[in-house]
Amino acid sequence: MPAFLHPVIDKISAPLFWGLAATLALLLIGTVVAVVLPMLRPAKDWTNLRQRVASWWVMIALVAAALVAGWGALTILFAGVSFLALKEFLSLAPTQREDRLVILFAYLSVPIAYGLVAVNSYGVYLVAIPVWFFITTPFLMVLAGQTKGFLARVGMFNWGVVTCVYNLGVIALLMRVPPAEAPQAGPAGLVFFLLFATEANDVLQYVCGRLFGRRKILPSVSPNKTWGGFLGGWIGTGLLIFFLAPVFTPLPFWPSLLLAVLLPLGGFAGDVTMSAIKRDIGVKDTSRLIPGHGGVLDRVDSLTFTAPLYFHILAYYAHLTY
Amino acid sequence: MSPFRGLFLRLIAKPIARVMTGADVLGSGKLPLVGPAIVVANHNSHIDTLLLLSVFPARMLHKVRPVAAADYFLTNPAISWFSRRMVGITPVSRGVARGEDVLAPAKAALARGDILVIFPEGTRGQAGDMAPLKAGVARLAEAFPDAPTVPVWIQGAGRVLPKGAIVPVPMNCCVVVGEPVAWTGERGSYMAALRERLDALRAEAPPLKWS
Repeated sequence: MPAFLHPVIDKISAPLFWGLAATLALLLIGTVVAVVLPMLRPAKDWTNLRQRVASWWVMIALVAAALVAGWGALTILFAGVSFLALKEFLSLAPTQREDRLVILFAYLSVPIAYGLVAVNSYGVYLVAIPVWFFITTPFLMVLAGQTKGFLARVGMFNWGVVTCVYNLGVIALLMRVPPAEAPQAGPAGLVFFLLFATEANDVLQYVCGRLFGRRKILPSVSPNKTWGGFLGGWIGTGLLIFFLAPVFTPLPFWPSLLLAVLLPLGGFAGDVTMSAIKRDIGVKDTSRLIPGHGGVLDRVDSLTFTAPLYFHILAYYAHLTY
Repeated sequence: MSPFRGLFLRLIAKPIARVMTGADVLGSGKLPLVGPAIVVANHNSHIDTLLLLSVFPARMLHKVRPVAAADYFLTNPAISWFSRRMVGITPVSRGVARGEDVLAPAKAALARGDILVIFPEGTRGQAGDMAPLKAGVARLAEAFPDAPTVPVWIQGAGRVLPKGAIVPVPMNCCVVVGEPVAWTGERGSYMAALRERLDALRAEAPPLKWS
């Protein structure tokens, strides 16, 4: 180990350092594949693979820099992610002119939720959106005087804000865990492990689906998803989580097993739920912001389910140990 | 171009358009990069002008001139200064005495090799609607028959800042650029071709609109 790396490892913990190094190695392998495959089969169009890998470089660089920089940077980064995801959702959702006030209010949930993270107000964060935003939204719609499709539109706004803001915001909240409660790899290690496991599940599902996918699992929602991809992702990511949880998290044996079983399921559920919404609206991607991937919401769809699942398993067992 | 206009467009207008609208462009390769040329777009919002300015490459922004109504933008001194110096509009008078060539400033801009951005509906309609097109653009195309007319459909800007609203609401928009329309030699058929092209682009645009 070169001496100049010691201060870096001291700052971000050894597991996070090696986790980021492994991510970089995987990214380099992906880049080599994206360069070599087009040479072997030049007839096929490889634009999507090339864009995908290039976008991964940008996304991973942003997240890694924020993880190293600390909670402030990660809070700003995910506030941006929540804003962009919510904007994509509200732009595609069937809204009307009378909803402008409610839509502005929905955006207000981003600075409120992440502001509560910044002041480290865990208890208020937990109720701000599911309680206060939940009851204020329908009242604002009443003030706007519109009753057409009332219940469906209230549900639509609440769904968008809970998935894009409340569920993703817990990632920034994880960075506020006192370092003593996550001695293995620090709060940044907790966040890294969530993101790594979720994205590994996405990639493994895709790769296993291409390799062994035959029978469709949800043909009316997501025609490209197969049993092979789902089970391959579940088993592969489950094993990865089970063996790496002691390295990154304070979870004991049985909670690690629970997380290993549930997180890949959560990722799959988040993915296909967003697919159902996109199918209903009639779009394939939520925007074209990230070349090769689609929109921000396409990229974080599984994360909107895995993040709260991971956060609350950690919170529950942290609570038990007091 | 005033250096302040360049700074304003790059450092303020473009980031605002990006954050507010996403400024996604379909067919950006079809945007004209040399003048004289006429870009024709539908008009539902003040955001349309900023959005169109932000989709052009920075190095040629000094050539891009939005045509805007003199009676609306030049009456208040502050708005007039901002419209002329920062946005860089070419003013056109709506409703003046017969005989005066209201298109003279627009023709002068085309003669200089500028790219004119024109909203031929003449006013902002309701979000998602396109009013009948006014024929002034045909007179410009007739005067400059070699300048291509590039049709552009702006989807969703009427939701960001509809006519009558003061507070903009962030919503993704899409700018769909079409194949250029050449001067047909006659105003009626040119306007019909333009309308047809805009309707076709509207049909292609992603579903970013009020239900």
